[in-house]
Amino acid sequence: MLRFLPFVLKNSWRNRRRTTLTIVSISVSLCLLGVLMAIYYAFYFTDATPSQALRLVVRNKISLAVPMPVFYRDKIRQVPGVREVAPYQWFGGVYKDRREAKNMFPRFAVEPDKILNIRGEMQVPEDQKKAFIQERTACMVGKALADKLNLHLGDRIPIQGDIFPVNLEFTLRAIYDAPENNEVLYFNLEYLDQALGAKRWGQIGTFYVLADSPESVPRIAQAIDDEFHNSPVQTKTESERAFQLGFLSFLGNVKMILLSICAAVTFTILLVSANTIAMSIRERVREVGVLKTLGFTRSTILTLILGEAVAIATIGGALGVVLASLLCGVVRQGPAFSDDLKHLSIQPPVALACLIVAATIGLISAFIPAWNASRISIVEALRSTE
Amino acid sequence: MAIPVTYNLRNLVVRRTTTIMTALGIGLTVAVLLAILALVGGLRSSLQASGNPLQVLVLRKGSNAELSSAVTPANFQDMKFKSGIAQSRSGQPMASLEMVTVINLASVDAPQGININLRGISSIGIEMRDNLKLVAGRWFQTGRREVVVGESIQKRFPGARIGQRLHFGRGDWDVVGVMSAGTGAANSEIFGDLNQVSSDFQRPDALSSALLRATDPVAAKALINDIANDQRLNLDAMSEVDYYQSQTNSGVVIEYLGIFVSIIMGVGSSFAAMNTMYAAVARRSQEIGTLRVLGFSRGSILFSFFIESILLAALGGLVGCLLVLPLNGVTTGIGNFVTFSEIDFNFRVTPQIMALGVAFAMVLGALGGLFPASSASRKEILTALRGI
Repeated sequence: MLRFLPFVLKNSWRNRRRTTLTIVSISVSLCLLGVLMAIYYAFYFTDATPSQALRLVVRNKISLAVPMPVFYRDKIRQVPGVREVAPYQWFGGVYKDRREAKNMFPRFAVEPDKILNIRGEMQVPEDQKKAFIQERTACMVGKALADKLNLHLGDRIPIQGDIFPVNLEFTLRAIYDAPENNEVLYFNLEYLDQALGAKRWGQIGTFYVLADSPESVPRIAQAIDDEFHNSPVQTKTESERAFQLGFLSFLGNVKMILLSICAAVTFTILLVSANTIAMSIRERVREVGVLKTLGFTRSTILTLILGEAVAIATIGGALGVVLASLLCGVVRQGPAFSDDLKHLSIQPPVALACLIVAATIGLISAFIPAWNASRISIVEALRSTE
Repeated sequence: MAIPVTYNLRNLVVRRTTTIMTALGIGLTVAVLLAILALVGGLRSSLQASGNPLQVLVLRKGSNAELSSAVTPANFQDMKFKSGIAQSRSGQPMASLEMVTVINLASVDAPQGININLRGISSIGIEMRDNLKLVAGRWFQTGRREVVVGESIQKRFPGARIGQRLHFGRGDWDVVGVMSAGTGAANSEIFGDLNQVSSDFQRPDALSSALLRATDPVAAKALINDIANDQRLNLDAMSEVDYYQSQTNSGVVIEYLGIFVSIIMGVGSSFAAMNTMYAAVARRSQEIGTLRVLGFSRGSILFSFFIESILLAALGGLVGCLLVLPLNGVTTGIGNFVTFSEIDFNFRVTPQIMALGVAFAMVLGALGGLFPASSASRKEILTALRGI
């Protein structure tokens, strides 16, 4: 079969303009498909990172917007398998000018030693760690955020409260580097409590829990929720990854939107490819007659034509994957609302899927015209005037 | 002299398989664009329908959402009697103190749960929402653990029908009625008695917002300035229309995504149209020669093929409109980063959107048709007639 390969390639390169247009059009569409699949893959197929796999998030069952009593931590701490419990309070507030997108970054009130413990992947120099733990008004920001806002150690960062009726001013004492959540500001929960004074409320938004092994995560989640099942305030505990995906569902039915656009794109490529193949076969009916006269069998002719279509589509697909990985670079630079998009790239399974889709489309789109051409009688084919 | 358009139309009919496939390809591109525009359009119209230009929403200084705001009953008493506030039929000031929080309800299509706005409200607040109507059951009674749910909540959550009980806060709440706000945001909210809700969430002194009705637009502006400048209150006021306008942001992300996707798909399908038109030019070489012999100029050949490509694409645009039309009126929900909850609305496939889709298709056709048309017009008569 392989000895026909030069023939197939020669044939596909006969009408250069058409082949080029087809390849470009397939590659542009497949590039889009590739990026969409990469996004889908990043959201729904990426496993939690090793450090993430050990963490759980506890929140009030009613919703994330409703806090729970802070004394719950002692009971959570006693659940077997729990290594650490860290309170996390979303502070919200306004930094400088709200209208600028770069000023919108998450701010959490935490206990410094606990957060450093629970987020082991964060890299902080030892002296900065100490300063952050010891100084009440200290804060720590991610490296990406510090670069974006041009912040340096020792800078003062004022935040105006909205949920909490206090305005706070932090001193930047530590800058951490981490593969994810690199644009967050953490500050001391004690500072918030003291600023609130008499208004301190004994409530907390979420607890982050560190488990002793990834296997015990589901059991711990169940145990924590069972513990508070009969309390006035019930909890909902889930793995950190599930918690993050919960935010995603916020954008509406992302899964459905992505899948339906993918389907539309695939179908469009199918039409483009089918149209081209049909056009090129129509022009060549007489040649098919000649091939048949020379003794080529039906199945060989069918394979030759299908091979040509698959070759064109696969080349388009390969080009599409290259374009898609370039496009992923653009998406990474964009304003990402999800950490997954900050690391978007074409993973090998996605690239493979793109090539398979391309080849399959080539095969399907060529099948009917190729089948008809292979069945046409020699006399009729030779008489053809196209 | 121009070549009659009928010539092009008949051509498209004769080569119908190619025509249909190319048009369908363009149609799908247009359909994706239109679906996204219809989604964003629906969201916008829902949020626009939610605001009344005469009404002023009061939040704590620095907050941009009811959820992150706090207004005390004492503040409210101070504000209630400011000048410029309209009076209700019973002679009360049209001012409503409200509490908003978010509850998470699970449904069949979202077992993980969806965030829903819960609003504690009093009867004056209901009266102030002009387009709010009760469509089934009755309003909640003051002092009882009863709630009225928005129309789309009732549709999406089987557990939120009349006679059922919802569990949140410190216990169960009876669903006693269903309300409709036209296309407004209250369709995806749950209303309950202010005192009951705020005591359940232990927030009797930290409510969320106050809604005031001004007597006229000038008074509304004055009221906004008056409250914002009142140092004692530490509150901020804005027109209700502006408040909902600021929430359309969540649609912007999706709109950008949609435009981005359709432009890339558009590039692909305009190349496909180019392919089709090149094939058409190649096959009709002899016809082109004949037309030239008959005296049609190069210009009219160029124009004729260009028009044919645009016609082909416009057909695709119409196909795209037909594909999207069934979406019109379908309800969907989208998360709102300002209110932290989901708002439900209908896809709106308006004539404007459809016109935009056909125009987009025609641009694709024009881009795809330009080169083939110019190559057709540049053919030499003799070569063209020979059919090479």
